[in-house]
Amino acid sequence: MARKPAKANRRHPLATVVLIAIGLAFTGGGYALFTSTATAQTDTSATSTASSVAEGSKLFAANCATCHGLNSEGTGNGPSLIGVGAASVDFQVGTGRMPLAMQGPQAMEKPPQFTAEQTQALADYVASLSPGPAIPTADQLTANGNATNGGELFRINCAMCHNVAGAGGALTEGKFAPDLTGVDSKYIYEAMLTGPQNMPVFNDHNITPEDKRDIITYLKYLQNNPSPGGFELGNLGPVAEGLFIWIFGIGAVVALTVWLTAKSN
Amino acid sequence: MAHDDSSGKDIAATSSGLDAGAGTAVVPASAHAEADGGLAVITTDGFENPGHPPTRPRVTDIDPKKARHAQRAVYTLFYISIAGSIFALAAYMAFPINDDLNSVRLNTVFLGIGITLALFGIGLGAVHWAKSLMSEEEGEDIRHPVRGTDETRLRAVQIFDEANKESGFGRRTLIRNSLIGALVAFPLPAVILFRGLAPEYSNPAALLETTMWKTGTRLTLDPSGLPVKAADVTIGSAFHIIPEGLNDQPDRLEQKAKAAVLLMRINPADLNVSPGRETWNYDGIVAYSKICTHVGCPVALFEQQTHHLLCPCHQSTFDVNNECQVIFGPAKRPLPQLPITVDSEGYLVAQSDFTEPVGPSFWERS
Repeated sequence: MARKPAKANRRHPLATVVLIAIGLAFTGGGYALFTSTATAQTDTSATSTASSVAEGSKLFAANCATCHGLNSEGTGNGPSLIGVGAASVDFQVGTGRMPLAMQGPQAMEKPPQFTAEQTQALADYVASLSPGPAIPTADQLTANGNATNGGELFRINCAMCHNVAGAGGALTEGKFAPDLTGVDSKYIYEAMLTGPQNMPVFNDHNITPEDKRDIITYLKYLQNNPSPGGFELGNLGPVAEGLFIWIFGIGAVVALTVWLTAKSN
Repeated sequence: MAHDDSSGKDIAATSSGLDAGAGTAVVPASAHAEADGGLAVITTDGFENPGHPPTRPRVTDIDPKKARHAQRAVYTLFYISIAGSIFALAAYMAFPINDDLNSVRLNTVFLGIGITLALFGIGLGAVHWAKSLMSEEEGEDIRHPVRGTDETRLRAVQIFDEANKESGFGRRTLIRNSLIGALVAFPLPAVILFRGLAPEYSNPAALLETTMWKTGTRLTLDPSGLPVKAADVTIGSAFHIIPEGLNDQPDRLEQKAKAAVLLMRINPADLNVSPGRETWNYDGIVAYSKICTHVGCPVALFEQQTHHLLCPCHQSTFDVNNECQVIFGPAKRPLPQLPITVDSEGYLVAQSDFTEPVGPSFWERS
């Protein structure tokens, strides 16, 4: 069908090439026009913009696509990012857990590799692929909720892994629940919302945004108030306390006994 | 210095009034010739008692300046003790406990420092006094023989004999036997009272075999008691669940200790469901007892990528993919699964109670 005699072809042989050239010019020009206007509109806004999506797309292709796939569909080395939302990206990249330094039991917290703007761009890009949990707003993160309710929720939902004082704890095969002292409220919220690494997801039906704020309030209360019991010894419980009393308590008893029974000079 | 560790020689040497050959008295080897052997322990190669080393004078015995120095140290320690006591009194008043948690800390710390100084001052001062200033010359206190004289022993037997005759304890056997009977019966009420501390009028095993879950009981959030919709449980979620109405129970903590459940949703393709349990999960939502089958700690450390459940007490690990089979640790049985489904309004409900007793083993568990 394509191989008709040249006479029967009413179009010039170069017509296809010209058409493609015109199409490309229009698309590229339109794209350039569109992005430049978008930048002009929302230069100061931190919300998702086409330019930051484009910037995020570039950053993603350069830094993340090796493991997560060019279309963030996931590969053997990394999970799919479809539907994880901006909150997940902000947590993983903002705390330096991503990009991974190496494959291991779990992603480790590191100094972040990207600036806040780049992290935002990556989050915008991933959020633009499919809907997912958004980055919490500032009014969701104020630590002025009900610390009593937060404490109860923390003990029921979080304390078994993160320790009742949020000091962290061990899991299986090299994994661990990190210490929550000094962690930014935003990252605590995002971790609950998205369930990074092996942490379960605590969505808004399980722990409502108000409850999440209460939990953050409780953690900040623990962090900002001294322990009434004196030395905390890392809040690690009987292991640290036992070690302390065996070394210093029994040590003092041994020293006193030696002094008591030694012959005076 | 008292010398309690007397060897056999000391006894033999000081108890010359006793028959040297009697009983198990230990006699020195040199006395063997005139003693009649009997049960005496003869040591032919024993150590000679070297006696005490010569008393070595301390610096405080020689140098009066050092003695004065030691004296000053001792009374300073006692003064520190007095200061500590007064400090503790003052601290109790200066740092009262109020609503602020920090006040508890300050009160405890300063009161503790004061009392510590008070007690340690006395103790250290007394020991330092004894060690540096009190006379240190060694002396010997020989231990007297344990066995009484024959007259004393004879008299003791006589006293018992007289008492028996006067009271008629041996003669009036009816009185004696009834007294023994009364003494035996006396502790019996205590046994009954202690039995009364255990659950009465109910079989404790039956209490352990059932929980609050019944057919149609809604799964509700701990602690709020709000029902949970199947659609709310997203993949990777872990919900801490109590049965509906638990918060209204008078014995809610006892009930919660048996009925607590962990609800998780994982990809249905990851679940290996054994025959007979096909309908127990709802589209990948599974509910397992939170009570460890080892000693009953709450198992709730859910790893949402590996689908392992870890018990924080003894590191028993359960594999949620394979119906919470034990893959590590001391637990012997998998966690019991709660069969769940949804009701007409979309809320998650229990199909029935657990099909086996939850928690650790007990005697009557078959």
